[in-house]
Amino acid sequence: MRIKEHPILEFPKKEKVKFTLDGNEMEGNLGEPIAAALVAEGIEVLSRSIKYHRPRGFFCAIGKCSSCLMKVNGIPNVRTCVTELEEGMKIETQKGKGDFN
Amino acid sequence: MKKTDIAIIGGGPAGLSAAISAASLGAKIVLIDDGLELGGQLIKQTHKFFGSEKQFAGIRGIEIARNMIEELKGLENVEIFKKATVTGYYEDNVITVVRGAKEDILEKIKAVRIIVAAGASENMLPFENNDLPGVYGAGAVQTLMNLYGVVPGKSILMIGAGNIGLIVSYQLLQAGIHVEAIVEALPRIGGYLVHASKIRRLGVPIYTTHTIKQVYGTEHIEKAVICEIDKNFKFIDGTEKELDVDTICLAVGLSPLSDLLWHAGCKMKYISELGGYVALRDDNLKTTKDNIYIAGDVAGIEEASSAMLEGNIAGLNAAVSLGCSCKDFQQQNNKLKSELSELRANPLSEKVKEGINKVLIKGKRG
Repeated sequence: MRIKEHPILEFPKKEKVKFTLDGNEMEGNLGEPIAAALVAEGIEVLSRSIKYHRPRGFFCAIGKCSSCLMKVNGIPNVRTCVTELEEGMKIETQKGKGDFN
Repeated sequence: MKKTDIAIIGGGPAGLSAAISAASLGAKIVLIDDGLELGGQLIKQTHKFFGSEKQFAGIRGIEIARNMIEELKGLENVEIFKKATVTGYYEDNVITVVRGAKEDILEKIKAVRIIVAAGASENMLPFENNDLPGVYGAGAVQTLMNLYGVVPGKSILMIGAGNIGLIVSYQLLQAGIHVEAIVEALPRIGGYLVHASKIRRLGVPIYTTHTIKQVYGTEHIEKAVICEIDKNFKFIDGTEKELDVDTICLAVGLSPLSDLLWHAGCKMKYISELGGYVALRDDNLKTTKDNIYIAGDVAGIEEASSAMLEGNIAGLNAAVSLGCSCKDFQQQNNKLKSELSELRANPLSEKVKEGINKVLIKGKRG
């Protein structure tokens, strides 16, 4: 969900781009962090922990906590909170340490 | 290898101020920041600053950042690397930087002076299921809603009634998001009462001597349990309250991001009043390494206003130590230091001052 009205801030309309999460088509704003676009689309689980496969969501937003590591265009362990969204990106929920398969 | 007079690590309030001060004396600067945007936490701060007019009181953080970035953009002797992470410090005063859209460029920069203004990271709090999606740091919530206009959750429980907890709660309400309650482990509210009363007027209860005990859920938060605590921070049985929230926002303090200073071999000390391990420094913000200066939260958790003054002091001193000429150096330096002590002349800064005293290297050094 996105903020529609705000007393101080303006959120000018941004260029929309399409991307996929685990094959499902989604939409976000060009250049915003991938993880922010996912939260806006109602996605809570970004990755699964290594040992117990516990769900991991958006946490620090400054690329420090590893909670949002995902597979982006085939590359695992991308810090999606500090990586900009681009048209046609293929995002995958990362399980554990991630792989290149 | 790239060579520069001063490398500044971190483009938040401290780093930007350091760059402006040092660049105005003619030093060649490389400013490195790992965020998507420069400005650090300032660019999320929609509230007006308190304090003296000199320290931007009455101006919103986002505007302060915008002005400083504009000022730097006009300077020929300043080079800015955005989306770049400093990954190491080497003893010949070389730092390594990873950058590029695919993070595939490794660059070495040799700098005569380095100012570390790396900021801080948010503290975690131990409670059952604290790893579930929906548990956010307060800074992350600010990033989502104030920078990108994204709603972090429907019903929020804020943990911590210091200034960050109070301000972010107010910002959530401004964005039309429900704040169920604020809990604070201490017996009283830590932040400015002005902020607290604004929030209370909007109907949000602030529970002091309370903390979060656990959250329920498997894939996301379904409920949170808060509980009263005694003097030893132990849960008081039977005082549990269930709250219908889907988001927990943690505003329980910050820790200095001091990794590079450890790496560089600066003498470090654990100072709880400053939030964790910080480098020993003189009153010009020079560490035990003659070529390394610090400024902002990495020097001790405080506020943006003090971070900017520390940045100015570090920038000025680093540039002058390189031989940049500054006619009224002593006068400028003293002025900045007295502004800083003025800013800290309030009861909320007592702890910070005690902390700084424990790591301050006094007297003249070579």
